[in-house]
Amino acid sequence: MSAAAKPVPEVTPELASFFEAASRHQLVVQRCTACGALRFPARAACNHCMSREAEWAPVEGRGTVFSVAVMHQANHPGFEAELPYAVVVVELDCGVRMISNVIGCGARDVTIGMPVSVAWEKRSDEVTLPVWKPRQ
Amino acid sequence: MSSHPLRGACAIAGLGVTPQGKVYGSNAVGFGVDAVRLALEDAGLRREDLDGLLVNPGLSWGDMGMGSFQLQQALGLRDLRLTATMNLGGATASAMIAHAAQAIAAGTCTTVACVFSDAPLKPPSPKGGNGGGTGAAYRFGRGLEAAYGFFGVNAMYALVAKRHMHRYGTTQDHLGLVAVAQRLWANRNPAAQLHDKPLTLDDYHRSRWIAEPFHLFDCCLVSNGGLAVIVTSAERARTLRKPPVYVWGMGQGHLGGDPADTLTSGAVLAKQTAFPMARVDVADFDVVELYDCYTFTVLVTLEDYGFCPKGEGGRFVADRLRGPGEGLPVNTGGGQLSSFYMWGMTPVSEAVIQLRGEGGARQVPKHDVALVSGNGGVLSTHSTLVLSRLPS
Repeated sequence: MSAAAKPVPEVTPELASFFEAASRHQLVVQRCTACGALRFPARAACNHCMSREAEWAPVEGRGTVFSVAVMHQANHPGFEAELPYAVVVVELDCGVRMISNVIGCGARDVTIGMPVSVAWEKRSDEVTLPVWKPRQ
Repeated sequence: MSSHPLRGACAIAGLGVTPQGKVYGSNAVGFGVDAVRLALEDAGLRREDLDGLLVNPGLSWGDMGMGSFQLQQALGLRDLRLTATMNLGGATASAMIAHAAQAIAAGTCTTVACVFSDAPLKPPSPKGGNGGGTGAAYRFGRGLEAAYGFFGVNAMYALVAKRHMHRYGTTQDHLGLVAVAQRLWANRNPAAQLHDKPLTLDDYHRSRWIAEPFHLFDCCLVSNGGLAVIVTSAERARTLRKPPVYVWGMGQGHLGGDPADTLTSGAVLAKQTAFPMARVDVADFDVVELYDCYTFTVLVTLEDYGFCPKGEGGRFVADRLRGPGEGLPVNTGGGQLSSFYMWGMTPVSEAVIQLRGEGGARQVPKHDVALVSGNGGVLSTHSTLVLSRLPS
């Protein structure tokens, strides 16, 4: 029997554009069309100017690890085989932060400030997720 | 200096604490009923004396909606003049007491029960297993974030604590010393769930990881049970069975933004309201009861009240949190890490016990003024109370 699958996030209307871009290996975040501020995850309004108008904008898939938590409880069978695994906050060069995982190194080798670049993990036919790998 | 009209206007007159922890055979509403009955008995009041009911529903209340009405019906309360179901997470308890005091001082009601209850733990199943502990009880996923294995508040707080360690040099020992000091207090509190379990710093380091940088003993307990306090006017409280615990000051602070970036709780804002109202400063507290969902929360809250400069919380706890008999008396019943987890009601109840002088083996010798904090979400909401056994 193969290992349990990891959860596949629902493609909600608010994240449809994000997943569509991800399927093309393009990282996008929301951009306020009134003031230009970038944000992620998707929100109903701009934190800076309260505008409700936004679009999805491509950003460079580079950043650094802002924080890291090494998880020792799976809470979902799909993560049991990887325990312990690291959950990170990546701060993109554009300033936006996102929750993700780092691949290609041990959970406890992930450090704050580590430079990372985006990689892509196909979770299902519909869903590809941005993850991060150490950058030289 | 003129006195704030709310300072000392109201008092906590009754405290009801049900058995806590792995207590089965009731649900959240049942525990709420039990807690109110105990609080009425403690105060020497009858059910008919209540004209207000504020309820903070724990997670196991689920989607029942209008929790305060559910509890009113269960208790058979008639003719209430104030009710609300409130949820600021762990900041709710102190916020309910503030809301009650404001309403009483404004003359819109006279005597208010403030209640928290929860029953997230299930009995052990016949097949064995623990029937659900911390992870099972407080599991929740958040769509895209769950896809990365990011579940629940353990992970959220771990990310914030890790930033604090990175920015300020806070160490694993610093976190552990909070757990050890609180366990020393719990060892003197027969009502604490971990009363009989000693904890050394070595034990702490050897305990299993939950979400690094958190070991098991960095994380609060999970408890079934209920806890209620009764708030009334200072004048009425003086006629009742127990010594009044006067509400001297109250404040809230909800900072917004990213807690992993601010590394700051709403205590920085709430104290600006509560301390001047109470006419106290940070040096005036004999007893300090802080919301402790994690060891880290205690450390950061001490910083934000000004017990030490920002970023010095780790070194402060190493120096001043020593358990009974020395240093600063913080979480003197063992707190939510070692006693029981009734959200913000745990620190409230211990402040009442200490100010009344009912602390037994853990009683702090000088117990005039207490500081109480509540904290919800991930440093998302915050409430402060300043309580005293003295009327003014």
